Amino acid sequence: MTDLISPDVEQLLFDATTSRSRRIKNRLASIWMLGALVVAVIPLALVIGYVLFKGIGQLSVAWFTEDLPAVTRKAGGGMGPAVVGTLLITLGAAVMAIPLGILGAIYLHEYGAKGRTARLIRFMADVMTGVPSIVMGLFVYTVWTLTFGLNGFGGSLALGCLMLPIIIRTTEEMLRLVPDELRQASYALGNRKWRTITTVVLPASFGGITSGVMIAIARAAGETAPLVFTIGAARNLNLNIFEGPMTALSVQIFGNAQTPFDAAQSRAWGAALTLVAIVFAMTILARVVSSMVARRHAA
Amino acid sequence: MTLLTHDDSVAPAGGGDASSLLEPTSGRRGDSVFKIVALAAGLVVLGILALIAISTTREAWPAFQQEGFGFITSSTWVPADGKFGALAFIYGTILSSFIALVLAVPVSLGIALYANEAAPRRLRKPVVYVMDLLAAIPSVVYGLWGIIVLAPAIQPVYKAISGAVGDIPVLGWFFNGDSGRSYMTAGIILAIMITPIITSLSREVIATVPSAQREAAYGMGATRWEMIRAAVLPWSRGGIVGSVMLGLGRAMGETIAVALVIGSQSQITAHLFEAGDSMAAVIVNQFGEASGIHRSALIGLGVVLFGVTIIVNVSARGIVSRFDRRSQGA
Repeated sequence: MTDLISPDVEQLLFDATTSRSRRIKNRLASIWMLGALVVAVIPLALVIGYVLFKGIGQLSVAWFTEDLPAVTRKAGGGMGPAVVGTLLITLGAAVMAIPLGILGAIYLHEYGAKGRTARLIRFMADVMTGVPSIVMGLFVYTVWTLTFGLNGFGGSLALGCLMLPIIIRTTEEMLRLVPDELRQASYALGNRKWRTITTVVLPASFGGITSGVMIAIARAAGETAPLVFTIGAARNLNLNIFEGPMTALSVQIFGNAQTPFDAAQSRAWGAALTLVAIVFAMTILARVVSSMVARRHAA
Repeated sequence: MTLLTHDDSVAPAGGGDASSLLEPTSGRRGDSVFKIVALAAGLVVLGILALIAISTTREAWPAFQQEGFGFITSSTWVPADGKFGALAFIYGTILSSFIALVLAVPVSLGIALYANEAAPRRLRKPVVYVMDLLAAIPSVVYGLWGIIVLAPAIQPVYKAISGAVGDIPVLGWFFNGDSGRSYMTAGIILAIMITPIITSLSREVIATVPSAQREAAYGMGATRWEMIRAAVLPWSRGGIVGSVMLGLGRAMGETIAVALVIGSQSQITAHLFEAGDSMAAVIVNQFGEASGIHRSALIGLGVVLFGVTIIVNVSARGIVSRFDRRSQGA
């Protein structure tokens, strides 16, 4: 345990003078802190372990290429349409949310600053991160699906709404890290403000923004609730997000998890492994990008 | 639109727009166009929030009109008879989120303090890393694990506990029932999901405690625990409360994991080991086969959920920002 807790002043200096009850309380506090970490790591290990061991048997070439089986309680078929659906729907969301989010952040930090409009937008973006994803799904259902029917784009809209505030807030944090001297140097060279932002500020914060955007995409890719009412259900590959129902990995996990059939449950584990792999890959890539940039700055 | 006029008086962040002095005429249009585009992008946030409130309320209106206040005060939800009282689901949302907080707060605070105050330097980053991974797992995967692994495994435990304390007053009221899919299971899954959120937010708050305060406490001979109680916790109390409330907001809105493990029973009971239902879970479970007034009642549940989470989030942000101002002013 001493390896996992950094040495305490008490141990270094006061062993002789600190009273027994104070030392015991301090020791109990250390046990609590370390115990909390262990308690949190156990479910993480269990969930990842189950997903890996139960899901790995499902993966094969056919898993990624074949359509979903017609009868879910029997084995066979693949998850191809769901993998493609998750990627396409998330891509559609990213295409909408990334430019809007970065522009919004530029407004907040470069133009609005501490003004009233910017403060309001900033506050509302924070509030928007707290809007439950199912509410976003219902919202898109009322404004899009009721008129245009079930299609992938409805899912993209809902996921885009979830990504937007995250991108705005993380991008603003990254713009804040760009030193003012860079902006002033650019102005001194006669650059206009919009040229300064596009050619100096954005390139300087590129790494941080990329990593924030990828976290937002990873978060969106795993969402289920906003997709359930908006994309419908499909068994076959559909590459057109504007036309006809689609399916996604998260929706397949949700559907198959509720059935009592072994084959369907195994399919749910396989889909979970595929989804977790996609999400982890993006999260880790985001970390690598941001640490690479941090190292370049330090050098 | 008065918002726009306020904005013109705002000074730019980049330390003065010197370029406009040098080039009074050329390229000015590019600047104002860019500014307007950026502002429009920012205003999209306000637009979406307003549109959410308007469009969902409009779709839910028939149900609100039919039920009146009964929508949130009655617990009779029988779609076949056209009766829509959501009280049991509101109760389920509150109870499962409350269980999640009771379980998650001590764990999250412990980890946050460990990562910032007690861990050896080389372990701090890995701890944060583990929390990031925990946060990255999609909620449907927790739900899958909850329904297939946790619920059957924990059911005998519930049975044993309710058998042991079922006859004791007070304890027996709460720790009763033997359903694997229950309020308690939903609370446990929610706790796993909100722990990384509360941990990372309160860790940020704890990191703002000035090291001079820590050193002052150590200088007076405090042990680490006494230092935490005297220097760290009082300083970060507001921010920690705020981050716990943000975790609460997340727990109340969580849908898929809860829908899978709460058991889908419309009832109000203090028995934690019995099946219940939550607002978000009902929406996702019933929406597919709903039509007409039933559908508008489900959207109405979404409106209530939206309202409640907005209130929780706004007050949490209020607490956090008041705390921010104080710590900057000090």
